[in-house]
Parts: sequence; C-alpha cells; structure tokens
Amino acid sequence: MTIWLVIAGMAAVTYAERASFLLLPPGLDTPSWMRRALRYVPAAVLTAIWAPELLLQNQVLHLSLGNERLLAGAVAIGVAWRWRVTSLTIAAGLLALHLFDWMT
Amino acid sequence: MVASGIPPLAAMLMSLIVFAGASMVASAQLLAQDTPALLVIVATLFINMRFMMYSASLRLHFAALPFRWRMLIAYLQADNVYGMTLARFADHPDDPHKLEYFLGAGVPIWVAWQLAVLVGIVIGAGVPPSWHLEFAAPLAFIAMTVPFLRERAMVAAALAAGATVVAGSALPLRLNLVLAAAAGITAGLLFEKKA
Repeated sequence: MTIWLVIAGMAAVTYAERASFLLLPPGLDTPSWMRRALRYVPAAVLTAIWAPELLLQNQVLHLSLGNERLLAGAVAIGVAWRWRVTSLTIAAGLLALHLFDWMT
Repeated sequence: MVASGIPPLAAMLMSLIVFAGASMVASAQLLAQDTPALLVIVATLFINMRFMMYSASLRLHFAALPFRWRMLIAYLQADNVYGMTLARFADHPDDPHKLEYFLGAGVPIWVAWQLAVLVGIVIGAGVPPSWHLEFAAPLAFIAMTVPFLRERAMVAAALAAGATVVAGSALPLRLNLVLAAAAGITAGLLFEKKA
C-alpha cells in the first residue's frame, strides 16, 4: 500500500518542481539578475552530474594516472572540444576507458 | 529497482509518472531500508531540485506558449533533454522552431527511457559489467557540457560546480548537486564582472 502513496508523492513533488517557473503567467518578466544567473545553470549542473563519475572512486577523490575514468574522461573532453559530436565523444571515451583498463 | 524489492508494476508506474532516474534509484534504496514514506518523498524533492532551475531557464524560451504546451514541456524535462535543448538555443537564440526542437529531443528520449526501464524490469541486468557501458552516461553529459565552455565565466562556473559536487559528495539527499549549482552560478557571475 505504502509504495503507491510514495509513488504518488514523488510524482507530485517532481512535477511541481518541473512546472514551477514554466507555468507562471506569461506576462511575468524574468528579472535581469535572474536571467544572468540562469545562463550558468547548464554548464554548472551538467558538470556536477558527470564530475563525480570521473573524480571519485568509492566516494573518495581519486586524482592519479591510475584513475582510468579520469583519463578516459579527459580524452572525451578533448574529442568533444575538437569535434562537438556526441556519438564520437561517447565512442572515444569508451574506447579510451577500455584501452587504459587493458594497459593497467 | 525491482532487485531492491519494488513490485514490477509499481516500478513501471513510477517510471511513467515520476520520470526521474536518480530519484527512482534513490527511492528504491531508501524503501529497501524501510525509510518512512514521507522521508522518501522529501528526498525526491531535494534530488530533483535542479528541475526548478531547468524550469526557470526553459521559461525564457517558452513563456509565450499556451498553458497545455508548457505543461507537456514541464513533464518531458530531463537532464539530457535540457542539455541538448539549451546547447542548441545558445547557438541559435532566435530559432523560430524551439518547441519542435524540444519535442524532437524530449519525445524520443522519453520513449527510449520507458522502453529501457521496461526491458530492465523484464530481463534485469543483461549487459556484462566489463563492457563499461554505464560510463556512456557521463560521457554523453560531457559532450553536452563542452559546447557551453566558450567563455571564461562559463569555464569558471563548470569548474566551481565540479569542485563543489566532489567536495560535498558525502552529503545526504544529493545536496551536493544543489550546492554545486549555486557555486557554479556564483563563480560564473563573479568572472563575468571582472572580464
């Protein structure tokens, strides 16, 4: 029984967050300071999503040449920088991970 | 999720109406530990806090659309849809077909996501871990992030967010993600002023 309540509650809070600003009346202007701040949301949040996958191992910072994910991520960043093609970035990163994995 | 004790039907329903992966995995873990229902819902609220920021930034592009369309846009929001859409809008700020672009990203991603969840529920973990396919997710997010890093302030925002999320990784409820967003925005604004 509880599980259905939990699902309903999760759905409600998640949709409320997604809808929050989008469903405000169209006439409301976004203040200019907020516009400036919002420009940085994609770069900040997207980085916060992938950075731990590269930098942490079992919740601990792992900065060394023995960290294959960090190295493969660096390769992917380079490929993304140069070509800006998502599929190429993913392929290069996976290939690099397997290569570094095999080397160590 | 099913592996941690959620009935298959409930898992599928959760995927359809919550549609937010991180909070679904977290709730499965919390429920397996007999966490009270209210706490699971509060955890979801924090984990999905970033959607409020997505909502505010999508509003800049879609505020003029009819209410129904905005309701749909709100539902289809996801990290990758947001990343792709905003990257496109940064390059083409006056694109007359922003809604079409958003739906073109959001609808296929929604379908693929639901199918993947269904397959996961039915067959369970089928891909050997040695393929490292789980690493494709961060790589895809790297591909979405890099095009934004064209100016100093954006790089500062990304570096600050990355450092904060890692420094705060021990915090509960994925609070480090919210803090990272705040740190990133602050760093971006600071470097913008000096430039």
